[in-house]
Amino acid sequence: MFARVFRNLSVCIGASVIALMVLLAVAAPWLGTVDPSLFDAGSRDLLPGKVGEITTLEGETLQHTFLMGSDSFGRDIYSRVLYGTRVSLVVGIATALLALAAGIVCGLGAGYLRWLDGILMRFMDGIMAIPAILIAIALVALWRGSIFTVVAAIAIPEIPRVTRLVRSLVLTIREEPYVEAAIALGTPTWKILFGHILPNCIAPLLVQGTFTCAFAILVEAILSFLGVGLPPDIPTWGNIMAEGRAQFVSFPHNVFFPGVFLAVTVLAINILGDGLRDTLDPKMAKRV
Amino acid sequence: MNVLEVRDLSIALPAGGDRADAASKVSFSVGRGEIVCLVGESGSGKSVIAQSVMGLLPKALPLAGGSIRLNGEELVGMPEAGLRLRRATRMSMIFQEPMTALNPVMTCGDQIDEVLKFHSHASAEERRSRILGIVREVSLPDPQRIVASYPHQLSGGQRQRIMIAMALVLEPALLIADEPTTALDVTTQAQILNLILQLQKKHGTGVLFITHDFGVVAEIAHRVAVLRLGELVEMGTRDEVLKAPRHDYTKMLIGSVPTLKPVARPARPDAPLVLETMKLSKTYRERSWFGAGREVHAAQDVSLEVRRGQTLGIVGESGSGKSTVARCIVRLVDPSSGDIRLSGEEIARMPARELRPLRRKVQIVFQDPYRSLNPRRTVGESIVEGPLNYGIGRVEAFDRARKLLELVRMDNSALARYPHQFSGGQRQRICIARALAMEPELLVADEAVSALDVSVQAQVLQLLEEIRTRLNLAMLFITHDLRVAAQVCDQVAVMSKGRVVEYGAAAEVFLRPRHEYTRALFDAAPGRGFAFAST
Repeated sequence: MFARVFRNLSVCIGASVIALMVLLAVAAPWLGTVDPSLFDAGSRDLLPGKVGEITTLEGETLQHTFLMGSDSFGRDIYSRVLYGTRVSLVVGIATALLALAAGIVCGLGAGYLRWLDGILMRFMDGIMAIPAILIAIALVALWRGSIFTVVAAIAIPEIPRVTRLVRSLVLTIREEPYVEAAIALGTPTWKILFGHILPNCIAPLLVQGTFTCAFAILVEAILSFLGVGLPPDIPTWGNIMAEGRAQFVSFPHNVFFPGVFLAVTVLAINILGDGLRDTLDPKMAKRV
Repeated sequence: MNVLEVRDLSIALPAGGDRADAASKVSFSVGRGEIVCLVGESGSGKSVIAQSVMGLLPKALPLAGGSIRLNGEELVGMPEAGLRLRRATRMSMIFQEPMTALNPVMTCGDQIDEVLKFHSHASAEERRSRILGIVREVSLPDPQRIVASYPHQLSGGQRQRIMIAMALVLEPALLIADEPTTALDVTTQAQILNLILQLQKKHGTGVLFITHDFGVVAEIAHRVAVLRLGELVEMGTRDEVLKAPRHDYTKMLIGSVPTLKPVARPARPDAPLVLETMKLSKTYRERSWFGAGREVHAAQDVSLEVRRGQTLGIVGESGSGKSTVARCIVRLVDPSSGDIRLSGEEIARMPARELRPLRRKVQIVFQDPYRSLNPRRTVGESIVEGPLNYGIGRVEAFDRARKLLELVRMDNSALARYPHQFSGGQRQRICIARALAMEPELLVADEAVSALDVSVQAQVLQLLEEIRTRLNLAMLFITHDLRVAAQVCDQVAVMSKGRVVEYGAAAEVFLRPRHEYTRALFDAAPGRGFAFAST
């Protein structure tokens, strides 16, 4: 299966860009960055490529090349964007995993246990009726901004989507003769759910996971930009852009570089998702 | 002059297929007013040949050579616009699945009208009268109502008649029928075959009839062409091919067709009862918020007995309730009323927990070998699943699986492979092994050989028979195919509209049917009066 998947051009492009992003995030300290919270009053609003000074926490002053310029506090945008990659990827992946895990459990239950279906799906309909960003803003306001809050806030509105997908898959797979054969073989219900039905849902779930991941990265940036996401001392792409917004006309680099990273990452994940869908689920590819 | 002349037709398969050509150097002709049957098992290339004549080949299967002449006009290399003008007017096609071949959001009348609008300049009134005329001609009752109906409001047979009306409304010289009766019940099939015969005689249409069923061939063909893996192995008149086949493959195919004569078996009334149902009923209720919901009686008052070492056949058409009975017995659905006794123990209303230890006594083999095995599990994992559920160790379970594979004549290496690596017949063997791994007392075969090619069907039937005698199993054999029932059953129950209308020893039911419906069923069996080479 994996050999076939990697023959797809979209998968290759998407996966390599994401791999590059992961590499940048992991190797950030060794890529000529400084601590992203360091600032220097003398190096405010430098243009990309200018050399300036920066003061470390110990009071030392270093010569530093500001590859992407600096912001109005004199912080290095390059360092902030690279460290911001960590936050974005963690938020994206954690949200996708959380939404998938909860959605799978709810979807399997709703699809297979008929008595649970009505109650659970009406509850999910309720969640879907509230705009996702609104829920996220409310939850973050309720619990203070931290990475966990942000992940939960973005994941919860995504759960109904995954639940619906899993439920619809279960409804068709449960009628398959191999599931009925398993019932006749005396296989317990939980084993049928996780041993027979779930493995046959994997392909569409992988695709859904990538889209959730891209969406989460985007929403995290939006929340940070609106000032209801992570606190401003943690560098995220949304934070950097929010702080650069006031000076956008005179110093567009504050917004431009994190924006490019955000756009490229989200695009890569979506391209990967499209490629996965085409290779893993050819029927769905024709329909969408 | 022949209506259709096919010379040296070759159609390439995409690289990496199991052979180079879907069809190689196939030549045949269809004369005016003649019915030529293309017979072959699945994968023999018969449908691809039909598609190539209509110019409907998928892009992945390019024409590799040869010529196709319709009324002397070469179709190979003709531009799409030219082909389109000739479809419906000179050649037309009917398909296997009448539900998917009709557009569900258009009335039947509008669909026939579409053909007329595109190909003729007739006024709306003329078209209307032509539509009503053709609908009458295909013997549909109340043409006005039928013309205004949507496909889902009609039965399968009626839909197929609409397809035939659409195909023949412009009186084409050639009609291609691709398994047009395979999805239909046997009585409907007989009517549709009759209709095709009648219409083609009246209009002098040449018919290229594609089928896998030798009964149908015996019923309808003037000449027969036998295909095997894309090659035409034998061609001749119906009697030549069916009664004195020359090619070994044809001989084998015809020899595999089960006869309608029941096999004589010793009655064993003293064998212990394994299964007994008493007044078993299943009613599906559609609940509605206002007023009473709809009720469907899928099975009503079904009382049956199966003894050790015996096979009870349930025969009937689709919707007769035979599968519902089987599913109640395996407790895949809960019966609404009545008793099911398994070796004396009442299980009809037993709660799931108590039922679990008894589940291993009844096992089921389903119709569709492609969907009966979890595609993401190895064959070994599928076979040992049941024994593992009942606390047998992995080593022992796999030992048993190996022995069972041997019993169903498959290689041990199958254990580590996945279902998609096997053919339909092999998968069905695996399903049988999986069922036997539970050491059941009763094996339910729900149309277990219906999806298989006739030669594979013969092998699987033989295997089932062997297993039954060797393990002294009781078997419940559900089928719509009277020929198959005649071969394997000791007792037969005929079901219609949820009820058992006739029940008795197979020889008795087959040779002296008492109920009207049973007689109708036998009369409709294709090729019933035809002595195949083997008999």
